Amino acid sequence: MTEPLLSVKDLKVSFYTRAGENQAVRGVSLHIDEGETVGIVGESGSGKSVTAKAIMGLISPPGQIIGGEIDFAGQSLVGLTEREWRRLRGNRIAMVFQDPMTSLNPVKKIGDQMTEVIRRHRGLAKEAARKEAIEMLRRVGITRPEQRLDQYPHEFSGGMRQRVMIAMALSCQPELLIADEPTTALDVTIQAQILDLLKQLKANSRMSIVLITHDLGVVAQVCSRVVVMYGGMVMEEGTAEDIFYRPKHPYTQGLLRSLPKRQGGTRERLVPIEGTPPDLLDPPQGCPFRDRCPHAMPKCAELPPHFEVGPGHRALCWLNDEGVQAQLRREPELEGSAAHDRE
Amino acid sequence: MRQLIARRLLQTIPLLFFVSIVCFALIKMAPGDPVLSFVTPNMHAEDIERIRHNLGLDKPAYVQYFLWLKELVQGNLGYSLVNHQPVLDQILDRLPATAGLMGSAIALAVLLAIPLGLVAGANRSRWPDKLINFISYIGISVPLFWLAILLIYLFAIELHWLPIMGMRTIGVNSALDVLKHGILPCAVLAFSFLSVYVRYIRSSTIGQLKEDYVQIQYAFGSSKRLVLFRHVLKHVLLPIITLLGISMAELVTGAIVTETVFSWPGIGSLGMTAVRGMDYPLIMGITLFSAVLLIVGNLLADILYGFADPRINKAR
Amino acid sequence: MNRTRWRNVGNELLANKMGIAAVAVLLILTLGAIFAFLSPHDPNELDVMRKLKPPGADHWFGTDDYGRDYFARALYGGRVSLMVGFSAMILATALGTLVGVVSGYFGGWVDNLLMRLLEIIMSIPSFLVMLLLSVFLKPGVGNVVVIIGLLMWMNLARIVRAETLAIKEREYVLYAKASGQGAFGIIGKHILPSLLPVIIVGATNNIGSAILMESSLSFLGFGVQAPNATWGSMLNSAQGYIVNAPYLALFPGALILLTVLSFNILGDILRVGFEPKLGKR
Repeated sequence: MTEPLLSVKDLKVSFYTRAGENQAVRGVSLHIDEGETVGIVGESGSGKSVTAKAIMGLISPPGQIIGGEIDFAGQSLVGLTEREWRRLRGNRIAMVFQDPMTSLNPVKKIGDQMTEVIRRHRGLAKEAARKEAIEMLRRVGITRPEQRLDQYPHEFSGGMRQRVMIAMALSCQPELLIADEPTTALDVTIQAQILDLLKQLKANSRMSIVLITHDLGVVAQVCSRVVVMYGGMVMEEGTAEDIFYRPKHPYTQGLLRSLPKRQGGTRERLVPIEGTPPDLLDPPQGCPFRDRCPHAMPKCAELPPHFEVGPGHRALCWLNDEGVQAQLRREPELEGSAAHDRE
Repeated sequence: MRQLIARRLLQTIPLLFFVSIVCFALIKMAPGDPVLSFVTPNMHAEDIERIRHNLGLDKPAYVQYFLWLKELVQGNLGYSLVNHQPVLDQILDRLPATAGLMGSAIALAVLLAIPLGLVAGANRSRWPDKLINFISYIGISVPLFWLAILLIYLFAIELHWLPIMGMRTIGVNSALDVLKHGILPCAVLAFSFLSVYVRYIRSSTIGQLKEDYVQIQYAFGSSKRLVLFRHVLKHVLLPIITLLGISMAELVTGAIVTETVFSWPGIGSLGMTAVRGMDYPLIMGITLFSAVLLIVGNLLADILYGFADPRINKAR
Repeated sequence: MNRTRWRNVGNELLANKMGIAAVAVLLILTLGAIFAFLSPHDPNELDVMRKLKPPGADHWFGTDDYGRDYFARALYGGRVSLMVGFSAMILATALGTLVGVVSGYFGGWVDNLLMRLLEIIMSIPSFLVMLLLSVFLKPGVGNVVVIIGLLMWMNLARIVRAETLAIKEREYVLYAKASGQGAFGIIGKHILPSLLPVIIVGATNNIGSAILMESSLSFLGFGVQAPNATWGSMLNSAQGYIVNAPYLALFPGALILLTVLSFNILGDILRVGFEPKLGKR
């Protein structure tokens, strides 16, 4: 197996606020291979965006990386100087953000904002950068790019602005593109168009994509591998098929149940996961999902390890422990008892 | 854009009209009979009535107003009661001194305020910010005339570096001399403008740095300095246009106190003289003149803003 | 206006060294003004033998051109300055709130009329008018208060109007309207309490500006007249002795600066405290 493009090992990020230490990311490990599209899924507060920011070196006070390693293309990213970071960002690692309405500077022309990035990283002259920007806009499906370049962001629709952001992100041919909820702020029809665009752009390059989203539906459309996060930790990781057809973590199962099924005509009732995410100011010692888990048992007060449940498929849940499975077969009432005690 | 200009112009005309009424009323309500200033001890009552008639002062107030307005639009602001010179001539005579002083003070203030405000905003709560912030607090809190007195004491009386007052040394006619006289009043005024501008720029810098697009610029490999000067600066400069429009009014009367302390022969000290001498036509003229400047200044600022801010639709 | 908001303001104030200093300065100055009569010297006691004495153990701020104790005069001057500032603020705040609330709540032609009026008043150079009015009216403490108060309410009126426009769309106001409460009842019960933070902040800043204006007027000789002294009029007479007795100019000016500075700092802290979104994050 070749070296992954990006590998994150035991990453810990905390925010030091007046209320105390907010442990947003608590030991996340994941890897992205060259050319693959990986989805990071979780609800807000799961630590997925903070992980992405850490990969971009964009954690700023009161946030701080307090542990772990991030390696990108054989280079350690922890401890890079600001100058080294700047050479990386937007160049070898690029990012697309959630809200295209606020992502662009409203008082500067699209063209100026695009050429600024192109000139900075590729050292092109003004004219060449402009040509490149036009080409990029054309590739993301913006018509009349020559004219559009001289327009301001408010003259673009939300979907068009996201296309511009994607064009900008891809203008320096990054090895890794991080897309943080790129479709959340858009209409459903536009969402599909943007996802199609990402797929199509991905098809003719060796670029890797990390797609961060709370929407498993989006993941299903584009990702080959999925990382499910909760409470600042990775709950389950596996191929898209593993996650969708053989989920091994109750949280993933809950997420899947809460997914609206549009196929087949009949609309099933959504089953939301009850309860609220853990308080990261004072995180629980054991499994973070324990309080909301239908299968919670006394054992869950202890943090489970990641169990290998298949090739490249791991889950952070005691249910995958052989000893626990054997015990459950003997005393089935154990399962869910901890949850019932609390009610 | 054209519509915007047209609408603003249409709003301005009635405003000017009402301001003229208020100015006129203010003077009409004033105690004292303006005719008396023309009266000499050996005049008869008929002579006085004749003067009153000649001045139109025996007519009803609204007729007097329209007569006054008619003269006004022809550029006749009346005559001083004290030296009987045309009011407009006196104002225009003093205008260069005031415009020069205020213009340089405002220019200096803007030039300094932009970098100071940006630095303070970008280093929020660190020592450069604390220092700049504290100085600007002092600038908005200090009585300018007191600051002027302190500076006169230090630089003119103790150190003898600069002249105490006036605009020219008698018998000397050089630009350098005027410049030397202008340094202190200009410094006092610039400090006061500067403090207001810095506070404004600082808070708008802080606001802009929180915007998404700034965070995203970092993600595209931009440095803090580049973000400040290539992206935030433009946002910060736009409102300065409005601030400058407001400063147009200060151009005339904002310097009353400062000009008086330094005996700077501008419109502000002319206004002081007029008030002390109860020279109503002159007071009215100056009031009206600066009101018009303020209104026109705001109008220009709005229009300029419309051109400078791409978000305002130019097509309309 | 709930309790957390006040606690926020309190925390903001205590966390801020400048805020504590500002409150302390204002407290000391106010106490000094109130208990000025405890001073061993009479502020109007002439003593030609001791005129223009520099500051010393007996006369902390020295003596003025008539040999009067300058410290006692500064205390009594502060009394008038603070009183004028405070009263003018009350007047301006009341006017500004009234115009702002009426304009914002009733809207329509009332709003239009009041806002045009405001625009006209704001177009006229206020300081010049202030000078003019103080010539017309007899100079006296009461008139100075009225003049300053009448020319200072416009900004607050604008802020209050904007705030009222926002508040009147809130659900509890709409509910009160729907349940048939009268306009003035709603204003009194729902709108004014919600406006309180804005009004308090505006009022705090207004005291500062009023004190500055009074001092400018008095400095130019149009404000409060002798025998009443204010910090501004003390500076007016000190101007003539700038060469021989510069301390005469130093003390009253420094007191004005300290007072206005404290009010401005306090105003900003209050604003941040009332609206935490604005400040720290």
